[in-house]
Amino acid sequence: MIYWQLFVTYLKIGLFSFGGGYAMLSLVEYEVVQKHAWIDPAAFTDIVAISQMTPGPIGINTATYVGYTATGSVWGSVVATCAVVLPSLVIMLSICRFLQKFRQNTWVEAALSGIKPVTVGLIAAAAISMINTENFTDYKSVLIFAAAFLLTWRWKIHPILMLLLAGGAGLLIY
Amino acid sequence: MTDLQAHPESAGLWQLFWTFFKIGAFTIGGGYAMIPLIEAEVVAKRRWLDREGFLELLALAQAAPGVIAMNIAVFVGYQIRKNKGVAVTTLGAVLPSFIIILMIAVFFASYQDNPVAMRIFKGIRPAVVALIAVPVINLSRTVRLNRKTVFIPIITVVLITLAHMNPVWTIVMAAVGGILWSEYRKTKKID
Repeated sequence: MIYWQLFVTYLKIGLFSFGGGYAMLSLVEYEVVQKHAWIDPAAFTDIVAISQMTPGPIGINTATYVGYTATGSVWGSVVATCAVVLPSLVIMLSICRFLQKFRQNTWVEAALSGIKPVTVGLIAAAAISMINTENFTDYKSVLIFAAAFLLTWRWKIHPILMLLLAGGAGLLIY
Repeated sequence: MTDLQAHPESAGLWQLFWTFFKIGAFTIGGGYAMIPLIEAEVVAKRRWLDREGFLELLALAQAAPGVIAMNIAVFVGYQIRKNKGVAVTTLGAVLPSFIIILMIAVFFASYQDNPVAMRIFKGIRPAVVALIAVPVINLSRTVRLNRKTVFIPIITVVLITLAHMNPVWTIVMAAVGGILWSEYRKTKKID
């Protein structure tokens, strides 16, 4: 049943995402685009863009969007959004209750020290898997990518402004 | 000095909900953008928590799995009004983005058929890839990758993009690897 699949998928995404929204994208892409094909690769990229331009965390945004597209119902959004938040609730509440013990646990610290460099790889993997024919249709896409990369990296332009510029460029040249 | 102390008991549930609703509605660009706003509202303006306690829990919220903004909402809610506080802060933080994205999903479902929207998104898509690629460079510095550790993200990328491994397993392996490595270092010191 699709609601159950949505619930389990987003529970997994919430439970195994470390290091914030971008690191989460690899998981979301694997589960939602590759495994279940609830949305296509182009729509996945569009959601990331929309997430950057609307309020709220990426993790919540993709859950709400995919929940609706997968089921065609508001309840799909509710199920996926609740599922992605649930691990936060359970884990953070236990941390709050057993704060002292948690802080002194060297195993937790050791595990996190291993996870940190992996999150860099997860974000890189998300970027690499987005280099596909849906996102790069011709040489113009490559030029936009190069310009956006430089603007973000060297001149630290605000992401929203950068995406608006890219959208404007798309409107002009396509 | 008394007025500098935190007084969580002053927080009404409705006020707590409204504060996090505002935070959820006005932070564009995800979890990290929320942190300064939460601090401004919860610590500086309302004095529901003191700064030290906030920063300490912030580190844990970032280390724990899940959506970071939600992790922060949970711990702030719990510190202020226990379980009832958690219920209102998480709901408040989730609702604005839930409503907005749902409206986009419902009303713009057919955006892929709209020629103007398609042209705009054709320009935006490669830019999104750049947006995600840049933090890789910045983060490599933050987590202090060196010659000994740089193989870890590289292997992660190979496993996910070439071997199509579920990213969940890379996280599990990283956690186990981190524990084994620290235990190994301990025994080495003892010998």
